[in-house]
Amino acid sequence: MAAADQSEALAAQVRAAAESGTALHIIGGNTKAFYGNPTEGEPLETLGHRGIVNYEPTELVLTARAGTPLGEIEAALAEQGQALAFEPPSFGEHSSIGGVIAAGLSGPSRPYAGSARDMVLGLRLLNGKGEIMRFGGEVMKNVAGYDVSRLNVGALGTLGVILEVSLKVLPAPAVSATMKFDMPVAECHRQSESWLRAGRPLSALLHDGKALYARFSGTHSAIADATEQLSGEVIEQPAADALWASVRNHTHTFFKDRSMPVWRASLPPGSDLEQILPGDERLVEWSGQQLWLKSEAPAAQLRAEAAAAGGSITRFYGDNPETEGVFQPLDAIQTRLHRSLKQAFDPKGIFNPGRLYPGL
Amino acid sequence: MPAHALFREEDIRFDVDVDPLIAALREVLPEEGLIVHEEGRRAYECDGLSAYKQLPLLVAVPETIEQVQQVLKLCHEAGVPVVTRGSGTSLSGGSLPHPQGLLLAMGKFNRIREIDAEKRIAKVEPGVRNLAITEAASAYGLYYAPDPSSQIACSIGGNVGENAGGVHCLKYGLTVHNVLAVEMITIEGERTTIGSEALDTPGYDLLALLHGSEGMLGVIVEVTVKLLPHPLTKQVLMASFADVESGGHAVASIIARGIIPGGLEMMDGAAIQAAEDFVQAGYDTDAAAILICELDGSEAEVADQMQAVKECMTDHGATRIQVAADDEEKARFWAGRKAAFPAVGRISPDYYCMDGTIPRKQLAYVLRRISELSEAQGLETVNVFHAGDGNLHPLILFDGNQPGQLDAAETLGSQILQLCVEVGGTVTGEHGVGVEKINEMCVQFASAEIEQFHAVKNAFDPAGLLNPGKAIPTLNRCAEFGRLHVHNGELPHPELERL
Repeated sequence: MAAADQSEALAAQVRAAAESGTALHIIGGNTKAFYGNPTEGEPLETLGHRGIVNYEPTELVLTARAGTPLGEIEAALAEQGQALAFEPPSFGEHSSIGGVIAAGLSGPSRPYAGSARDMVLGLRLLNGKGEIMRFGGEVMKNVAGYDVSRLNVGALGTLGVILEVSLKVLPAPAVSATMKFDMPVAECHRQSESWLRAGRPLSALLHDGKALYARFSGTHSAIADATEQLSGEVIEQPAADALWASVRNHTHTFFKDRSMPVWRASLPPGSDLEQILPGDERLVEWSGQQLWLKSEAPAAQLRAEAAAAGGSITRFYGDNPETEGVFQPLDAIQTRLHRSLKQAFDPKGIFNPGRLYPGL
Repeated sequence: MPAHALFREEDIRFDVDVDPLIAALREVLPEEGLIVHEEGRRAYECDGLSAYKQLPLLVAVPETIEQVQQVLKLCHEAGVPVVTRGSGTSLSGGSLPHPQGLLLAMGKFNRIREIDAEKRIAKVEPGVRNLAITEAASAYGLYYAPDPSSQIACSIGGNVGENAGGVHCLKYGLTVHNVLAVEMITIEGERTTIGSEALDTPGYDLLALLHGSEGMLGVIVEVTVKLLPHPLTKQVLMASFADVESGGHAVASIIARGIIPGGLEMMDGAAIQAAEDFVQAGYDTDAAAILICELDGSEAEVADQMQAVKECMTDHGATRIQVAADDEEKARFWAGRKAAFPAVGRISPDYYCMDGTIPRKQLAYVLRRISELSEAQGLETVNVFHAGDGNLHPLILFDGNQPGQLDAAETLGSQILQLCVEVGGTVTGEHGVGVEKINEMCVQFASAEIEQFHAVKNAFDPAGLLNPGKAIPTLNRCAEFGRLHVHNGELPHPELERL
């Protein structure tokens, strides 16, 4: 598909839907349809609204329309030795940048390099009245007006249709090395802290239940120093790249068997990864701050335990019993603020109703 | 007083019966915690933008979160505006009092509640000074990264309200990238935790929305910040250039080489001279521009990067390159830049600090235009520039005692901000809109966007009591300001009469 600006057509569809009170189901590459709560509505397709609008490598900024495939963006960046530092997961070749930002998911590098929301500089948004608006911009620092751009990251399209996004992009590391360490999962946090405090350029950390894998990314001397000084076994580069891609894109063996619900817990640093949350199989990332868990335990129990630990848990894969949402419920005050914000952007409630929470 | 009216009719629409309010506040605040007398209130009449002054109706100085909740509940019930103030260092009048409102001074919230070295976080009250966090954390080998130039005085609550930056933002981010959670009190007086010690929280990113919201959505009573380990080593390099453009190209080439320096600052000839006269930092006063580049990380990493940065500087015609030999020299290289504002204060009776951000490639053009615009107003401008992230601080020199000079400075300031928008930038990179740049918001945003901002505000504070008249202009103000955002050649705000 060629680059095309379809913003006016999309705005017209939204205005018509707002007038008739028709719900819209926003669809990009349709690779994350499983994520969030079920929603119904007339499809609003963004995949044709595509193309990189501006890319200035030395300004560290890239602007692309929502339907631009993630792969196209990453290829353009790679040509200039740059990358999306938050390593967004891709669940299919049609994964679009609009969906990446609407879902707000980040990959293995997230605790060390920043998240999807951290990299958003601005966006063009279609609100529920069909108005095209621009927030933020293409510069690194911008405090003019409320940060509507970052508010829409992870909102799953419930506040508006992302038409265009401007992202901070960063140089890809000169070189990376991955090492395997024979360490228990309980060591994830302590070990990662000791590396970071020693100035090791840690860029990903995984524990698969058997071993700990650490990736270091930086200049040639820094990586050479790490592989010489540390005791782990260096993994050959092709195998290492495949490992991180499989964790990032959920093609790792852990994610293959989805007969049991797969939960994603976001936990404070230093949580007790062996004991916390009842479940069968676990995969630990982000120095212990992201836990993937296969568990049949009741949602209420998992949520209470995650909250007591200072974190939260999301039902990522697995059929969702009708009575419960996939996301951890909010307190009464924030529920009210969420509903008022929804009203502020989408007064007719037409965008992806219920996908994030009931009533949004 | 400034050339334009601080508050418009719609900003001062409140009808406050002060005596019953005083009686009710006395019930919930400690004896010293309510300031009614004029001389006491006078101490709060302005913030860091001291050309703008306004006496508040009352000042409350609460000591506990419960007191903050009760004060807000009372103001909400009585329909009284509330302006929250931390250290009062805002450069945009963000905490300028409201004539009909209560000034909520958070200065007593000055305790660091907890430093958890294992988790690398600090929980602090909002009145804690930015630098105090780093000072307390340094015993654990840690620091708090954002370092606005007022860090010795500015408070962390204000940093969140303004999404404060500093000289290390390109690599380490703004306040929004370094805060994990806040405790917020709504205008109704309810308390809720936004964010968490974990990296992600469910729902909308309210934490990002609060950053830079200039006290208009809620009152922050606790902040949880991320701490970073001290870099193992730092190197500072200073390079001179015969023209600003070459310096700009050197910056672009450093980034093209894949290097993100910890700090990358540029000063123009006038700023170099002023700083050198003030602190004798050994700056090259023959240069048209100097670049100060700080690299941090492990020894191996910094050595690799230093080599590459030197090559970039040389390739782009640096006339002189100095690498700091020791800590003393590093401090000296930085001293001139850090003292740039007071240095300018010595050479001019008054100065007005602007805060636009521009795409870096536009630097040479923008500086040339600033120089032309300055000349047309009969004023001089000195420029310091966060070169890595494109954040430009032109300092307009004027003498407030000379008739017409303040007006000329304000006109020039407004022209500079509009220039920043024209080249694809923004009217404020890190100082906030406040009252200062509220008119220029009309240049940057179209009416649908401004209305959307008001709708966001309305979602948190339907009665519009939190910091009225700041940050987001009313459409009437924009119509009156007259210099409106023009998009695709269409005149915006078509629904409004032209006055």
